[in-house]
Amino acid sequence: MAQETSSKFDTIESLTKEADALKLRLEEERQKLNDVTIATVADRLDVINFLTIKVKRHLKGHQAKVLCSDWSPDKRHIVSSSQDGKMIIWDAFTTNKEHAVTMPTTWVMACAYAPSGNLVACGGLDNKVTVYSLNTDDDVSTKKKTVGTHTSFMSCCTFPNSDQQILTGSGDSTCALWDVESGQLLQSFHGHSKDVMSLDLAPSETGNTFVSGSCDKMVLMWDMRTGNCVQAFEGHESDVNSVKFHPSGDAVATGSDDSTCRLFDLRADKEVAVYTKQSIMFAANAVDFSVSGRLLFAGYNDFTVNVWDSLKCVRVSLLYGHENRVSCLQVSPDGTAFSTGSWDYSLKIWA
Amino acid sequence: MVTMSSEKAARRKLEPNRANISASQPLPQIAAHSSDESPNHLVYKKMEQIIERMQDENTGVPVRTVKSFMTKIPSVFIGADLISWMLKNLDVQDQAEALHLAHLMAIHGYLFPIDDHMLTVKNDNTFYRFQTPYFWPSNCWKPDNTEYAVYLCKRTMQNKTRLELADYEAENLASLQKILSRKWEFIFMQAEAQSKVDKKRDKLERKVLDSQERAFWDVHRPMPGCVDTTEVDKRKECRMTRTQSKSGKESTTPIVHVPATINVQNSKTIQEAKKEVIGLKLKLDRRNIKLSKVAETYINYFEQYIEYDPFFTSTEFPNPWLSDTTELWDQEKLAKEITIRRVKRWAFSLQELLADPVGRDHLTKFLEKEFSGENLKFWEAVQELKALPQKDVEGKVNEIWAEFLAPDAKCPINVDSQSYELTKKNMLTPDRWTYDTAAAHVYHLMKSDSYPRYLRSEMYKDFLSGSKKKTSVKGIHSIVSFSRRKDASTS
Repeated sequence: MAQETSSKFDTIESLTKEADALKLRLEEERQKLNDVTIATVADRLDVINFLTIKVKRHLKGHQAKVLCSDWSPDKRHIVSSSQDGKMIIWDAFTTNKEHAVTMPTTWVMACAYAPSGNLVACGGLDNKVTVYSLNTDDDVSTKKKTVGTHTSFMSCCTFPNSDQQILTGSGDSTCALWDVESGQLLQSFHGHSKDVMSLDLAPSETGNTFVSGSCDKMVLMWDMRTGNCVQAFEGHESDVNSVKFHPSGDAVATGSDDSTCRLFDLRADKEVAVYTKQSIMFAANAVDFSVSGRLLFAGYNDFTVNVWDSLKCVRVSLLYGHENRVSCLQVSPDGTAFSTGSWDYSLKIWA
Repeated sequence: MVTMSSEKAARRKLEPNRANISASQPLPQIAAHSSDESPNHLVYKKMEQIIERMQDENTGVPVRTVKSFMTKIPSVFIGADLISWMLKNLDVQDQAEALHLAHLMAIHGYLFPIDDHMLTVKNDNTFYRFQTPYFWPSNCWKPDNTEYAVYLCKRTMQNKTRLELADYEAENLASLQKILSRKWEFIFMQAEAQSKVDKKRDKLERKVLDSQERAFWDVHRPMPGCVDTTEVDKRKECRMTRTQSKSGKESTTPIVHVPATINVQNSKTIQEAKKEVIGLKLKLDRRNIKLSKVAETYINYFEQYIEYDPFFTSTEFPNPWLSDTTELWDQEKLAKEITIRRVKRWAFSLQELLADPVGRDHLTKFLEKEFSGENLKFWEAVQELKALPQKDVEGKVNEIWAEFLAPDAKCPINVDSQSYELTKKNMLTPDRWTYDTAAAHVYHLMKSDSYPRYLRSEMYKDFLSGSKKKTSVKGIHSIVSFSRRKDASTS
């Protein structure tokens, strides 16, 4: 510090000046790239007016708010977690409950299926990520293992293309990559200044990057190998609750407490679309894309699901069904349906 | 007019009471303190803007006093008027959305049916009333059980049918009496005092006040089966309590974590300023593409994948969720019939081909025939390495080296000297990323060489036409051109 201050080039004032100048230039450069809006280019596409999305399954059995859910790679099973500490494995197709596990904590905020479909991970207010093996006829809760511990609640988790690692996001404003077998912390990711709410793995063949959204309103792109933040997106005016890659891997959609969803493009290095309507006043909690990336499904605190045309930037459908906040939403692995979980204690499958 | 005066009266009436209660029992003031940050308050603000417009004397929802038989019902509006106002003045798409929005405003306590505990709105002649701002959730403390007990107790003292306790309220009162038995006397006295004040009030004013107070409690102690909108997301609550406890200490030990892009002038250290400048320079150096180009790539992607998006094109076998049959999944598992749609997808990108197990198999066979399978094998080994448990990583790293890169490798691959040197250096500290550069190089080779050759090969064409014969034409709308998407994500 002492050395730095003595250097005549690096006073706070000069640096701030330089930063301001750079910001101006950056803004100029960005304006140059803003030649059109996505919606104008998408004008030539047909209007989407044929959607007839309905509730196809209703999964009832949780005794408290459903907070998170994840599809199994087999395209029909779902794991869900709830406020009362229960985790349930559903056969969503038959609506049967196949396993129910009681966690030693309330508010199980995150759960995830492993790529093999044989493991699930979950955690929440206990600050831990715990892995359960489903590959057994015995009681699932006997085959558990605590993998990692944060210093605040765990808000989200995912297996990055392998049963052997888990990526977690936490209220301690970090993300972390853990080795499942040893519980070793392989990499931690520092950069957010507030709670991490959501993360998503890049759909590229190497799968070395992921994106995270946080209460600091930022969306950050991370390199898993180095632990470095490689790209940052700003634009949201409140907490970012959900992040999801466009299936092409070129962009990230987000949902926020500012009641908008947005699209950030990696190649343009900026926000390229905002999905909003004056009549939408509540936070968007979860977003996901259809297979072609054209539809963006978003679950809101106003109990509804809004379906956006991601290219024309208009809402194409408003779905009612839940009786309380929609807390999670995910398109099934083959894109044939999407699931929602709600504070009304239930999950629904829509198609 | 009635609302105005009753509003003031409500303040006069309740504030002293509140002071009394909080003096004897300190109220938790959490909500009041960090209110601006809370996600619920973001919603309250937006709703209040609408409520203000609704209450505009000239352009708002018509509020009136209705005469019915011998009595008057003061300051009410009907549901139908509200809904038609919303359809005219808000950007709601249809009546269903207007009703839903009205319902949300009701359960948040901004307007309420004058004699129903169930807070909702119907598009008919039911009477509704606006809540006084004093009782808006944004102004509200989170009321405690003592206050609730005083309120219920008071209701039992007023001998009026419209104030009779509902069953669930009577139950609540009974259980509160048990819990708060020690200070029941105090509660009873409070209730009595309030009731006395109430009785002195003008009749119409009382009607309005009583209903507003009842609606307040319908929000904070909802009827069983109704949604409690004052609940806060636990994740957000954790943060708010954390920032509160922090803000107390902040004056002595400022804790500042500011990401490079957020500018907080006062609390910036030199290091942070430097970081910001570096971050901005990096952003400037980045070569970004124009929005028109970005939009085109999304559209291209959509047009290429529309055939595979079940929300746009029906699946080849019936969608399980729509048809209640699992044929689609069963067929895929059997892998007996590989449909043309699936084989066509392999031509989109190398990534697509490798993502399909059958496709990957087919490519492997093709490469074996050409005696050039080592690149794919190496790439697969590297992917395996990344998925291993930590303890097996080092062994696998050495194994891969011996098989593909060592001078006496069984299955040598060609990588450029730069990647080779880097990999050699990485071998000193083996980890799951040791071969990343080499694998990227090899992937690029496959993409630009073997993959196009595979697509041109008789083998692929045969497979394509073979699957064409097997598949019936049903479900295939138009044959999409084979224009290959530029694989931007991998280049």
